[in-house]
Amino acid sequence: MLDENITFFEKQKRIYPRAVEGRYRRLKWAAIALLLGIYYATPWLRWHRGENLPDQAVLIDMPARRAYFFGIEIWPDEVYFITGILVLAAIGLFFATSLLGRVWCGYACPQTVWTDLFVWVEEKIQGDRNARIRLDQQGLTFGRIWKKTLTHALWIVIGLCTGGAWVFYFNDAPTLLDHIRHLDVPWSVGSWILGLTASTYLMAGYAREQVCKYMCPYARFQSAMFDRDTLIIGYDPGRGEPRGKHKKGTSWEGHGHCIDCTQCVAVCPVGIDIRNGLQMECIACGLCVDACNDIMDKVDLPRGLIRYDTQRNYDARKGGNTNKSRLRIWRPRTFYYMAVLSLVSGLMIYGLIARPRMELHASQNRNPLFVKLSDGSIRNNYLVKIFNKTHETRHFALKVRGLDTKEVSVQSAIPLDLANLEVTGGIVAQYRVMITAEKQAEPRRRIEISAREVGGKLQDAATTIFVSGDEQ
Amino acid sequence: MSDADKQKEIDRVSGVETTGHEWDGLKELNNPAPRWWLWVFLLCCIWAVGYWVVYPAWPTLSGHTGGKFGWTQYSQLKSSQAEITGRRIAYLDKMNGLALADIKKSQDLYEFARAGGAVAFKENCAACHGTGAQGNAVRGYPNLNDDDWLWGGDLDAIYKTIRVGVNSGHDDQRGTQMPSFGRDGLLTSSQISDVAKYVAELHKGDAAAITEAHTRGAKVFAENCAACHGPSGEGSTEMGAPRLNDQIWLWGGDEKSIHNTVANAHLGVMPMWEHRLDDDTVKMLAIYVHSLGGGK
Repeated sequence: MLDENITFFEKQKRIYPRAVEGRYRRLKWAAIALLLGIYYATPWLRWHRGENLPDQAVLIDMPARRAYFFGIEIWPDEVYFITGILVLAAIGLFFATSLLGRVWCGYACPQTVWTDLFVWVEEKIQGDRNARIRLDQQGLTFGRIWKKTLTHALWIVIGLCTGGAWVFYFNDAPTLLDHIRHLDVPWSVGSWILGLTASTYLMAGYAREQVCKYMCPYARFQSAMFDRDTLIIGYDPGRGEPRGKHKKGTSWEGHGHCIDCTQCVAVCPVGIDIRNGLQMECIACGLCVDACNDIMDKVDLPRGLIRYDTQRNYDARKGGNTNKSRLRIWRPRTFYYMAVLSLVSGLMIYGLIARPRMELHASQNRNPLFVKLSDGSIRNNYLVKIFNKTHETRHFALKVRGLDTKEVSVQSAIPLDLANLEVTGGIVAQYRVMITAEKQAEPRRRIEISAREVGGKLQDAATTIFVSGDEQ
Repeated sequence: MSDADKQKEIDRVSGVETTGHEWDGLKELNNPAPRWWLWVFLLCCIWAVGYWVVYPAWPTLSGHTGGKFGWTQYSQLKSSQAEITGRRIAYLDKMNGLALADIKKSQDLYEFARAGGAVAFKENCAACHGTGAQGNAVRGYPNLNDDDWLWGGDLDAIYKTIRVGVNSGHDDQRGTQMPSFGRDGLLTSSQISDVAKYVAELHKGDAAAITEAHTRGAKVFAENCAACHGPSGEGSTEMGAPRLNDQIWLWGGDEKSIHNTVANAHLGVMPMWEHRLDDDTVKMLAIYVHSLGGGK
């Protein structure tokens, strides 16, 4: 028999975080301004690349298969740079987490940034924590209806701006803005704007801390990067306990410094009590630190009852050690992360500097493998591709090495000169190259096809085979 | 249950409420899932029902439910094909009525025709000539990659061969007339042996060893074969007489194979494509075959 007192599904408790001022709140505002500024402004930065090329500094041009990041241009065959960026992002997160705890969650995560923005709108219209709680307990009063309507309308506007800015990364921003203004956008752009509007509205307006608690994988595995020297937000029980109300002017003897005012709970955006110790839900935003410091100032006690500190230091305090808090930055863990970070970024920088501006690929035609000609000589066909990754037309001379050739020609409608192949900038040119030679002693012979720029320095080569008979 | 039974029990280690269920001393903790999760789950179920309405879904006795909007994979395929056809028409319109030589003047049009020809080749020609157009030496289907052509290797000659076929019954067909010298008693067995030896060494030119058989064979060749295959075996694309002084053999180039060919003759057949394929496709095929490397 099922017990009636078991809840299988728990109703989400609405959290009304109280507004707070202080050092970490200011830091959060600065982070929000910076991150949103970067997000909204980046597509509008211009970068001159030359004629007929996009002049947007950061642009992912899907139809043309190009990505631009200031002076860097990425072709589809270079997507490994994206892998590199993802590796850097992951290790960067691990590194920051092992040093500073969940600093990403508290300050930089889009979920946090937009939720903060939404809560700010909520507070400006509906008032602070207590006013909001009262408002929600009212029936359908006029005041409640217009305040709620305005809040949700503003949320949707923020959502529209979020989705609207996103699409600029994939199109020329000024041109697209013109189209958006006239509501003349393709289905793909429109659906991205509407989709991101909906997700922003739902995630930052409703889901909020539920995203961190139930959806986010980072939140769950970041504790794996924690150790006793990681900065976490903690309550100093050695100093705070036994907690209890305290009358002004009376002695603190027998009292902990925590006056049980629950301000740390009231300001918490994820609705936990930090005094219960480190919890999975804590996004380490530091607002409880601000709230508690404010109270400590009022009761004339030193700040830092709740503070950023390491588990090692909290434990030392509990054991009566009153030495100054010590931060151990150089631990094996941070060292390893640093090493991986430097290695991957080193590889990527090397890759960016050393990557060729021109490439040659050659593949031997395998059907048929070879052709015997009237005079008994052997012909092999090849598909040769020349990537011209510069923006100017270049000329290349094709050469075959490792084979005594009788003839090297290229099959084309309009006759082409193998010693002077013209390749337009930003193009992969394909050539059907035919190589004829006497029948070779070995059925497959390694040969090299190379291209060298006429009157320039670009060159590349590819090894392939010349087949002159079936292998026995 | 009385209210007393509903008293909550808190687990000592985790601080989480238990459900009160106990198995051999192990108690189940109660960590309820968020209720929105249940709503999302139910919403997904309703969404799934939407699929039944929109798309073909449930089997019925006589087929299946069709979906509200009549969507099928076939209709999707058709619309994709129509889209591609639309794109191809732009090129086909330009190509229509153009001579082969004129198609070759535009790189774009030429590459389009070549790509179209490659597809048409795999659909219509590959069964005999092979997917790589390498032919079949056992059955006598010519290799189209090499530089040896029975009926000529320039664009117009290839175009005509595809159009009218070989021994196909077309009014304008390319017909071959090699007699069966042995079977019809035109030459004796020893004469055939001599000429086979001579022909097998034709590609060596002056370097061939002059033996008695060779000399006799040369005489037989001059009297019986040279009219079509030419005095030095250079062949004739007018008559479809193969060139014999090279190293490419449709039916084998050793003495035994040549003996067999002279005695029984091989009259190859290729169907005419004029009425099966439209003229644009035949042109595209000609361009593709010509581009394989042997085109003159």
